Amino acid sequence: MSVRRLRRRLVSGTMTTLVGVLSFVAVLALLLILGHLVAKGASSLDWSFFTKNPVPAGESGGGVANAIVGTAIIVGLAALIGLPIGIGTGLYLAEYGSGRLGWTVRFVADVLNGTPSIVIGIFAWTWLVKPMGHFSALAGGVALAALMVPMLARTTEEMVRLVPHSLREAALALGYARWRTSLRIVARTALAGILTGCLVGIARVAGETAPLLFTALGNLNFSTHVLEPMQTLSLQIYVYATGPFDEWHRMAWAAALVLMGLVLILALAARWALRSRYGAAR
Amino acid sequence: MAPPADARLQLETARLTALYGRRAVVKDVSILFPTHTVTALIGPSGCGKTTFLRCLNRMHELSEGGWITGKVLLHGEDIYDPGVDAVQLRRRIGMVFQRPTPFPTMSIYDNVAAGLRVNGSRPRAQIDAAVEGALRRAALWDEVKDRLRHSALDLSGGQQQRLCVARALAPEPEVLLLDEPTASLDPTGTQRIEELLHELKTRYTIVIVTHNLQQAARVSDYTGFFYLGDLVELGRTEELFTKPTKHQTEAYITGRFG
Amino acid sequence: MATLPMEQAAAPEPRWQVLRGTNVGDRVYRGVLTAQALSLPLLLLALVSELALNAWPAIRRFGVHFVWTSVWDPVAGVFGAAPMIFGTIASSLLALLLAVPLSLGVAIYLTEFAPKWLRQPVSFLVELLAAIPSVVYGLWGVFVLIPFLRTYVVPPLRATLGWTPFLSGVFYGNSLLAGSVILAIMIVPYIAAVSREVLLAVPVSQREAALGMGATRWEAVWTAVVPYGRAGLIGAVILGLGRALGETMAVTMLIGNRHDIGLSVLQPAYTMAAAIANEFSEATTDLYLSALFEVGLILFVITVAVNALARLMIWRVARGTAVGSRAL
Repeated sequence: MSVRRLRRRLVSGTMTTLVGVLSFVAVLALLLILGHLVAKGASSLDWSFFTKNPVPAGESGGGVANAIVGTAIIVGLAALIGLPIGIGTGLYLAEYGSGRLGWTVRFVADVLNGTPSIVIGIFAWTWLVKPMGHFSALAGGVALAALMVPMLARTTEEMVRLVPHSLREAALALGYARWRTSLRIVARTALAGILTGCLVGIARVAGETAPLLFTALGNLNFSTHVLEPMQTLSLQIYVYATGPFDEWHRMAWAAALVLMGLVLILALAARWALRSRYGAAR
Repeated sequence: MAPPADARLQLETARLTALYGRRAVVKDVSILFPTHTVTALIGPSGCGKTTFLRCLNRMHELSEGGWITGKVLLHGEDIYDPGVDAVQLRRRIGMVFQRPTPFPTMSIYDNVAAGLRVNGSRPRAQIDAAVEGALRRAALWDEVKDRLRHSALDLSGGQQQRLCVARALAPEPEVLLLDEPTASLDPTGTQRIEELLHELKTRYTIVIVTHNLQQAARVSDYTGFFYLGDLVELGRTEELFTKPTKHQTEAYITGRFG
Repeated sequence: MATLPMEQAAAPEPRWQVLRGTNVGDRVYRGVLTAQALSLPLLLLALVSELALNAWPAIRRFGVHFVWTSVWDPVAGVFGAAPMIFGTIASSLLALLLAVPLSLGVAIYLTEFAPKWLRQPVSFLVELLAAIPSVVYGLWGVFVLIPFLRTYVVPPLRATLGWTPFLSGVFYGNSLLAGSVILAIMIVPYIAAVSREVLLAVPVSQREAALGMGATRWEAVWTAVVPYGRAGLIGAVILGLGRALGETMAVTMLIGNRHDIGLSVLQPAYTMAAAIANEFSEATTDLYLSALFEVGLILFVITVAVNALARLMIWRVARGTAVGSRAL
């Protein structure tokens, strides 16, 4: 009996330790990746890295100003297109989503959420690049927006549904029309959560590469023209990392550090937005 | 038969039946609510009194599967007439719920002003005056006048409920519906609300749902007893509590069930 | 029906205004939202039809042979996608093999054993793994993971299991192994996050019943909590699989991109997503392009099926609650 008990204790102790160690390993992986980014990228971050454009292969120096501006433009386009549609769809699902159309939209959002981004990329190519005859930042922005909308729709719906029903009734009983209740009271109360969804969505697409390969394409020169090919940090990292030059690899690490920093800031902002206001809304 | 429209018979129901899908939860109820009186609706849980109340400002139809037959007349006009805009209607019949429902993103001031602002824009001074008036009538003004810009969530539960009363009063409704307004309050908060009702009935027609019999006896002029969706008995409060005519009423008020 | 005795009341000033008018605002609002919501089904419809339309020439030309044969010769115009289908499935399953114990461990630790103050920070850090862009994983894989595998992992593996066909051949770096390891790291946060929500949805009574019968805390978790959430946990794993199948950049950078079926994990392989990423812009003939679209279509169908299955399993456990939607 006591031997058996000892064994049981031993197994329990071992497994408890094991799951702890596994969690440590997962966190360690994150720390390792972030650590390497800083160790290999930070030393290349100087003024010219942010202000100069790439130099021809083999030469040293230069920067990724074009990619930083391009990322901002393409992600901005994606947000401009994707946020209103995503939030609107989410509100639809929360307000009127109990019927057949609501069910369909919800299902489709989940399907699109699981669709590989490269598939979205070739779809955007057939729809925008092929008919227009050339690659463009706009096509890239649309592809990223298509990735953003389903995710945002579902988060918005979820956040709006967290708002107590009693608030909605209180507003309606006060003579608020339904649309006003939905926007001024319900969505306003869920605003922090919706904002979080937006930030997470932007963070996610900001790092995307696959949908941009055949849409924004990349551009070695500085360009702010949305109908022309445009560089992004992610595309630049891909090109530099898979290229043969040490100088490129150095730049790839630095660009990756910048991209990661951008994504981290967005993720932390999302978390902060949720924490700072949401407690009050429940 | 609907009684003739009478200025003093501000609100009445005529053979009102309220249903969820095919299930009737209020059956064939006709009541007149005289102007500037308090009518209490009592009865055990699930007797239909809250649903009945929600029919009076067309909130019932917002529930899943909610619909009615019969009529609800305000000044003799059927509020369920297809030409009537429910949204407009609700601005004239205020409602206060079981739990305080201040809008969490708004200040105390904005909460009270909320119902005014949906009714078209008005000069700032007019809104200021209406907010102050409503808060005074809700007996909350002295407690909050120095912190009107604070979040409504900073108030205590009892204060929040009085804030909701003020919010309902600000648009100058004619009728005030209260759905167990003290259910989530402590005795002090409850007492403040009850005192408030005495003040308010000089200006408003009040219908209050409660399952606190003492409360009904204290605050109301008339009391209606609901049981299983039927209006069993309706009468002057002191008569209904001292000389009930139906044995079900007597059983309920003497605490034999419910 | 009961009527009230009449009270003598002061005649009130009639304030009644006729309540007419309809809510134009409500109709406009609903219309606008509906139009926005319709964009998603339309997008999906367009996506599917474009893929199918563009893939049609290849489908008609090669039929079912497309998925069974291994020849991929753009010059001769012969296309068989079997190696990339094999590589996609092999790399994803291998990634699951590594990621499942890790992420379940994380989920169990975070819901059952971790001190309260540690739960939020650790789960946040694990979720941050999902925020790292794919291309950054690729970069890290090329310059950190592959050298690490070459020095510390492959030699001992070979020493113990070198006789199996799974570890034959020379290890150049870019390989099925490298692609699978990076995939595993990438899908851990997804599986862990959903598993954690599934475990949190298990009623406390399940734990307490087991503990009450004298089980240790681990036994309570393993015999009561985990079996209760089993369907949801399997759903979480399948969700991770869905992610792994469609992952593009990191895999493209690490898997070696060789159009061949091999058993050895040390050899390069190919995935469907990687093939599209690599070859789409160099597809010179219409048939070549069409073949790549067919690859995209197959990839799409597989991921949709896998994701639908995962959702079904998760819904069964946590019906009504929005389990997992945050991680998606």
